[in-house]
Parts: sequence; C-alpha cells; structure tokens
Amino acid sequence: MSANATLEIQSLHVSIEGKPILKGLSLKVKKGEIHALMGPNGSGKSTLANALMGNPKYEVTEGKILLNGQDLLEMGADERGRKGLFLAFQYPTAIPGVSVANFLRMALTARRKEMGEEKPLPPKEFRALMKEKMAILKMDDSFAGRYINDGFSGGEKKRAEILQMAVLRPEIAILDETDSGLDIDALRIVSDGVNALAGPDLGVLLITHYQRILNYIKPQFVHVLVDGRVVKSGGPELAHELEAQGYDWVRDIQAA
Amino acid sequence: MKQQQTLDIREGYKEKFGFHDDIKPIFKSRRGLDKDVVAQISDMKGEPAWMRDFRLKSYQEFERKTLPRWGGNVAEIDFQNIFYYLKPMEEQGKTWEDVPGDIKRTFDKLGIPEAEQKFLSGVGAQYDSEVVYHKIKESLTKQGVLFLDTDSALREHPDLFREYFGTLIPPTDNKFAALNSAVWSGGSFIYVPKGVQVEMPLQAYFRINAQNMGQFERTLIIVDEGAWVHYVEGCTAPIYASDSLHSAVVEIIVKRGARCRYTTIQNWSNNVYNLVTKRAAAYGDATMEWVDANLGSKLTMKYPSVYLMEAGAHVEILSIAFAGKGQHQDAGGKAVHAAPNTTSSIVSKSISKDGGRAGYRGLIKIAKGAKGSKSNVRCDALLLDEHSRSDTYPYMEIEEDQVTIGHEATVSKIGDEQLFYLMSRGIPEVEAAAMIVNGFIEPITKELPMEYAVEMNRLIQLQMEGSVG
Repeated sequence: MSANATLEIQSLHVSIEGKPILKGLSLKVKKGEIHALMGPNGSGKSTLANALMGNPKYEVTEGKILLNGQDLLEMGADERGRKGLFLAFQYPTAIPGVSVANFLRMALTARRKEMGEEKPLPPKEFRALMKEKMAILKMDDSFAGRYINDGFSGGEKKRAEILQMAVLRPEIAILDETDSGLDIDALRIVSDGVNALAGPDLGVLLITHYQRILNYIKPQFVHVLVDGRVVKSGGPELAHELEAQGYDWVRDIQAA
Repeated sequence: MKQQQTLDIREGYKEKFGFHDDIKPIFKSRRGLDKDVVAQISDMKGEPAWMRDFRLKSYQEFERKTLPRWGGNVAEIDFQNIFYYLKPMEEQGKTWEDVPGDIKRTFDKLGIPEAEQKFLSGVGAQYDSEVVYHKIKESLTKQGVLFLDTDSALREHPDLFREYFGTLIPPTDNKFAALNSAVWSGGSFIYVPKGVQVEMPLQAYFRINAQNMGQFERTLIIVDEGAWVHYVEGCTAPIYASDSLHSAVVEIIVKRGARCRYTTIQNWSNNVYNLVTKRAAAYGDATMEWVDANLGSKLTMKYPSVYLMEAGAHVEILSIAFAGKGQHQDAGGKAVHAAPNTTSSIVSKSISKDGGRAGYRGLIKIAKGAKGSKSNVRCDALLLDEHSRSDTYPYMEIEEDQVTIGHEATVSKIGDEQLFYLMSRGIPEVEAAAMIVNGFIEPITKELPMEYAVEMNRLIQLQMEGSVG
C-alpha cells in the first residue's frame, strides 16, 4: 500500500462498561518507525491495544483512529486486520481443534485478497513460508500442526504471536506487553523475531510496563501513558529516565 | 463492531441441496396409509408371500403402538398426509447414462458420480422410494462382496436375506421400526465374505425429491469373520413448506474378528422428520464403529446401538449433533455389554445456535456377568448464543460390579475472546465462528476419510451462515 503508511490516533476516548479509561490519547506511528508506549498498571495500555484492533467490548466514545487516512472505527476487527493492522496479544486465546497452519493459511488468504491477490498461496509455498518463519523464531516444525495456543507455554504463546505477524506481514503492529511472562532466553528470541521484521515496511507500537524489552528492541520514540493520556514523549533516553526515576516522576510532571 | 445483517438460517442450503426436480414418477401410491397401501407396495415389488405377510403384520404393529412421549415432538406428524411409496423410474441404472436426465443431474449436483470415480468402492443412489443407480467395483464382486439395493437382495439372495432380516430390529421394537417394516423400500444390502477387506468406502446417497414424501429405506449389512468394510451414507432433500418423513431401519451383523464402520452425514432439509432405528451386533473381538453426524432435519431421533455379544467385542460411537433455528437433534448412542471383557466408547459433540436444541441421549448397559467390561462416555456441548439449548441424558444400567465406567460432560459457550482473536487476523465473523465449531468437532472429523472431513467442514460453514452479528 502507500509508502508512508500511518496509524493516527486523534484524541481518543475509550470506556469499558461505561467507565472512561482513555481520555484523549493522541499518537502517530509511521511505517519504518518503532514507538514504545510505557505506562504503569491501569494507565490504559491494554485498553488502547484492544480499542485499536476493534474489540467490541471497548467503546470508543470520542476521537478518531485512522490507518492510511481510512477511518478504522467504521471497520470490524477482521477488516482492520486485512487492512494491515496487527495486534500481538498479551494473553492469546486458545482455539482447540484448529491448527496453527490452517488458521494462518486462512488469515493469509484473507489478507492477500485485500491486497489484490485473489488466489491463496499454493500449499507448497505456504509450507515453505511457515518453515522459514518458524526457523527464525526457533520453533519446531511440529508447531504448525498444534492447536492455536492450546497447551502452549507462556513463551510459546508469545512466539506464536510473532510467527503470525511474520506470516501476515502487517503494516502497523501493536505489541501488547509481549515481554510479560518471558524469561531472558525467550525474550531474546521474540525480540530477534520482531527485529527481523522491523524495517521500512513496518511500523511498531510497542506497549510495555518495563524498560527491559527496550534493551532488545530499540525504539526511536518513547511515550509515557498515565491515566489515559500521553503525558510525555521523547527519544530513547526517556525510557532510561523512567527506569531510573519510576512512574511517580511523570505523575509529578502531570500534576505540576 | 459493525452490525451484520441477519440472514435466514441455512440460506446456502436452498441453492446447494434444497432444489427439487419436476419429474413424472412411474407410480405413486395414494396419499396416506392403510392395509391396502401396504399390500400394494408389496405387489408392485412382486415380493414372496412371507414378505407380504411380514409387512401386513408390521402395519398392525404400527397401528397398535403409541408414539414415544420422550425425545422430540412427534405428535405433529400427520401420517395421513404422507406419500409412502414413489417409484421414480422403471429399471435401476447400471451406468449413470441409464438414469433419466433430471435425476442424474441432481446426483451430479450432489457430486456423487465424481466421488465414485475418485475414492469409492461402490455407490448406491436412492431417489424417493427406489434405488435408481447401483454399482460396485468388479474386483470386489470377484471376491464375493455383495453390495446391492435391499429389494434386489431379497430377489437374488433370498436365503442370506431371510437369515438376518429383522433379527436385530423386529417390527415390535418401536412404532417407527414397525412403520419401516410395513412400507420399507430401497436401502443397501452388503455382505462381505470372511477375511475380505474392502479398502475404499461403499457409499449410499439418499435423496428425497417429492413433497410430503416418506422415505423408508432398509439397510442390512453382514460382515463375516475377519472382514472389514466402511459404509458411508449421505442424504439431502428439497426445502418444502410442509413436512416429509424419513424413517429407516439399519441392521448390522459384525462377526468374530470383523470390523465395520458406518458413517452418516445427515443433511436433510429443515422440513424432514428423521426417525431412524440403527442397531448392530458385534461378536468375539469384533469392532463396530458408528460415526453419526446430524446437521439437517426438523427433528432427528437416532441412537445407533450396539449389542456386544461375545468377549472382546468393541464399539466406538462418535456423534455430532448440530441444531440451528427450528431444529431439534436428539442424538446419541447405546452400548449393551452382554459378554465379559467388552469395551465401549461414546464421544458426543453437540452444537446449538439460533434457538436450536441439540443433545445427547444414550445408554450404557452392562449385563450381569459381563465382568471386566469397560465403558467411557464423553459429551461436550457448545452453545453459540443465549437462547439455544443443550440436553444430556446419559442413562446407565450397570448390573455387574467388576467393570470400569467413565463419564464426562462439558458445556461451553463460544467465546467472544476467541472470535475477536480470529477476526483480528482478518478472518470474517462467520468464518471465524465456523472455525471454532470445526475445531470443537475435530476429535471426530479427524477420524473421517479426508474427503468427508472436508465435506463436514463445508457443511458446518453452511450451517453457520446467517449467524447474527
């Protein structure tokens, strides 16, 4: 699609069951950029991820979300996915009886169709693609035949999310606390996977509580989310300041 | 999320299966049933006296018996509004070219000749009351395998026929077995000689075409010692505003060391009452497998049963019941352990949506003296919305102490989180829901030959269309 794909969030307000969580959040992520959105528990990080992807439980009461100028709020989650938005879930759901390969093949076919490619990828090429991407994430070949997230360890779930991202090639990817629950080895594998995909064709919004993952995935932009708003934006140095001073520091800024 | 349009249930069924042909039958009995209609059917077929008597006695039994007051609502069936016998053509086809154009086109549309070429050992095609086409591979005929329609079997193999016919399901068994015994027509007759393995499935396809039709096929399968066969049946019907009735009787004898698998993919239109009695007897170390998938019909009451007659006999029953709007699937299975060291396993998966009602009704009976027998029952139900219903009636009659019984039942609802997860990857809602349902029944579909597993998934997809968004 367009060379400078952009996710643009304008003054977004989101409620869950009538309770306002996001209160006017604005952010712009372009293709080729990596943004980190950091915030303490309860600041609205996961709400943002879900609202962007179109989870019907999250109600957008005000504001806009645009992808390449198109209004995402007019679209269901499936259409947003086909348009090139991707969410790596914090807690991926198990779908018993549905294999990773079958699921991904169907998803890829839908995504390709959106991009004007009517025919599904031939089975042989699809298998080769899966194999290649699984190798990057150090996943065994048998993984493709397992049921989605069913009985997966925490690390396997996160790797499976990145595998899906690698196969579907989104334009903008939101990683929702992809580092949570990972040990150092798993974190390195997952980060390597993301880094292998990062580049001029992908924009990343990395949502995290901790600075730890930023040692592996280097953002150009860091934003701090407190109480449903971005209260501070800056370069990578902002993450280190946060690490050193804690979230109270930005809360104080906000209060001032 | 965007609001999705609400569509009619099984919208796609109309186009794919719900059409009908305007054919002029050779003969059609008058509407309704009495002694004369029963006698007329027998006369039309030129049957021996014993069968004519059997039919007339069965009719008396039907008259005497009351309708079941459990299961589904059968009280609304108007027995006098049904046509009990319709002969669509003069002579059965030996090749598809022998079959009249309209009828052949119907089976073409249903993909039967194509499947025959690709992966079947033999095919029977029944259209209303008669089997219009029947064929088995020559290599199997040479090995002594019989696969023909049941009327022809009565004419051509009278002794073998009479030895087994009605032995497992006598007319006195239940009202619908009595009805079938009185007016039966068509169905499959299979005999597999000792030690013969029929590698590819034999398939029969049952099609109702006429309005207010009653279809009463009768199937008899004898698998001799050490032999093996897989029989598959499929069925569809046009959509009519008034009801049709399908009431089959299926009897299967699985002799020592033999194995029989009987797979049903029931896809009647939503105006068909499907009331079927199916029973098998398995002898020493024999295995009987019922794979019973019910997707169509207005009401289905069907509980494939097995009598485990000698030590080492084993049965597996895999049941799928999917009920949408206006449908009631009362499905399940029965295993009667009549000998020591016999084993049974029942797995039931029921799915209900749009106010449909699906469930499991089953019986495990272990007779006194059937020591060392083992039985395991697992029933899982999946509800797709708030106003649909699932029932589980797992009856147990255990008369022996030294046995192992397991029972497990779960009910779950399709998860919003699951739907959102699949949809976020670009998969539309209906496909995503179908994927979840197909995953739910996967433990059963993985047992099917690939072609049927694919067909099952397609039918589930069709059943899912029209989901409320």
